[in-house]
Amino acid sequence: MIRLQGIERIFDVGGQQVHALRQIDLDINAGDYISIMGPSGSGKSTLLNIIGLLDRPSAGRYLFEQHDITALSDDEQAQVRRERIGFVFQFFHLVSRLTAAENIELPLILSGMPPSQRRERVAQTLKAYGLGERAHHRPEQLSGGQRQRVAIGRATIIEPGLLLADEPTGNLDRASGHEVVEILEQLNARGITLLVVTHDPELGQRARRRLRMVDGAIVEDTSRST
Amino acid sequence: MNPRDHLQFAFTALRGARLRSGLMLLAMAIGVAAVVVLSALGEGARRYVVGEFSSLGTHLLIVLPGRNETTGGAPPLTSETPRDLTLEDAEALKRSRHVRLVAPINVGSAAVSWGGREREAVIMGATHEIYEVRHFTMAQGRFLPPGDVRHPQPVAVLGAKLKRELFGTQSALGERIRIGDRRFRVIGVLQEQGQSLGMNTDELAIIPVMAAQSLFNVNSLFRILVEAPSRESIEPAQRHVIATLKARHDGEEDVTVITQESVLATFDRILGALTMTVAGIAAISLVVAGVLIMNVMLVAVAQRTVEIGLLKALGAPRPVILRLFLTEAALLSLLGAAIGLAVGQASTALLRQLYPALPFAAPSWAIIAAVLVALGTGLVFGVLPARRAARLDPVQALARR
Repeated sequence: MIRLQGIERIFDVGGQQVHALRQIDLDINAGDYISIMGPSGSGKSTLLNIIGLLDRPSAGRYLFEQHDITALSDDEQAQVRRERIGFVFQFFHLVSRLTAAENIELPLILSGMPPSQRRERVAQTLKAYGLGERAHHRPEQLSGGQRQRVAIGRATIIEPGLLLADEPTGNLDRASGHEVVEILEQLNARGITLLVVTHDPELGQRARRRLRMVDGAIVEDTSRST
Repeated sequence: MNPRDHLQFAFTALRGARLRSGLMLLAMAIGVAAVVVLSALGEGARRYVVGEFSSLGTHLLIVLPGRNETTGGAPPLTSETPRDLTLEDAEALKRSRHVRLVAPINVGSAAVSWGGREREAVIMGATHEIYEVRHFTMAQGRFLPPGDVRHPQPVAVLGAKLKRELFGTQSALGERIRIGDRRFRVIGVLQEQGQSLGMNTDELAIIPVMAAQSLFNVNSLFRILVEAPSRESIEPAQRHVIATLKARHDGEEDVTVITQESVLATFDRILGALTMTVAGIAAISLVVAGVLIMNVMLVAVAQRTVEIGLLKALGAPRPVILRLFLTEAALLSLLGAAIGLAVGQASTALLRQLYPALPFAAPSWAIIAAVLVALGTGLVFGVLPARRAARLDPVQALARR
């Protein structure tokens, strides 16, 4: 599904060049469950941003579903994100003035789906994540776990092939975190490719394939055969 | 993203920041209301003046002795004293089909007395024709009779106020009054009419023109009013008047002819320009409102960085984000303009109630211009913040909490 070849990412910080990613080669198959771990500043999030098309590599080739993505314009990349990629963030990033239902509806609005079809999809999603009662609550009226479930609902309502989660449990208590992880793993079980960046070794160990990064390079790539 | 969702998203964004949106609406509304009210004031003044002039009859030519001309050269060495206008001049003007009525006028001031009361009044020497030319109406009696101008009867017509001051509620008809050192019989009283052309006819006493000439001991006329039969005849009449008087004054063009139309057009132009100027000054406040919109939209973009980053992560391309913020600016401008229009029209209506004599009404060009300028400034000053939003780097935007 994803092939990275010789990916480099160099940041220019105050005139100094910082190598955030060095010569990353990575193949990800559809349906994979991968965790990326490593110390702060090791380039985990940068790698995730590049895979999620939020950032462009300084060098290298990126094939997404057999297409060379690096050659696309910003707006064409936006279309790929809109149709194929879902994001889950540590800080949820819900729009505070919109209700849970409206937050989940956002990607459908951006895709131009007519309102009648949207309503049904949103209702199904809310129900699937146990948020039926909370549809018309605003983010500040929801618990952390509920907020992250809204965020996952928003990321998956377009039925993306790839779900990227950056510290999805980093801002949650144990119980809510566990709940969220189970939802993500259920999604993976239904075929979605799941990529999780985390500090939490317990969460990281659950993935079938585990990458360890240090100083912008992948130093360890272990797969569990199940 | 379909247009309805687009509008709704922009609208909820504005509702999400009530204070900010409210302030911007206020600024826009004040600007638009100022344009509406000020242009209504200017337009009201213009219509009032034009209306006043029109009430005098628009086919009027006023002939004055002397030539009003600004040549800009040195003063002439041989002084050219213009010849006076005489009754003979007035009679000569009648001989044209472009002239319907000729009314010679003399004006002076004299004491008018009856019984024990005396009043200083403006005395107008005139003929029967002035009645029609100046659109007088009689309250009582009749006006100066037609007939031999050179051998006038000693009769007088009084303005309503002058009559009241001399006679009170008593009847004045047939009474003998004294004007200066002569006696006149009152044959009529004018209907109350008020100010017109700078002369209050209510305080006037009108006597035959020859009587006035001998009263004031002059042979000349103050001016001659000429009425043309139609609008088309005004120009030929003007040429006729000038040619006739030039021939009678030894080939010298020493009179000035003012047409009512030209006076009207001049006032119309001056007051129209004044309205434009005032409206223009008010429009500056609209531009100020535009700058305010830009400022507040920039703050909005800064505050909503995360949201913009999120929209980008969800796959909103740049043009969509640009349009969302422009829509917000346009919505604010339009709503502000609508409120401003309502307030402006309400104030104008209030002014009309307070001053019924003045026809206050904002001209439609001012209303259309105000709304367009409001929308224009909102969009122009909305572009910079919107572009800033569209250009945000999603990674950095989302890095903030």
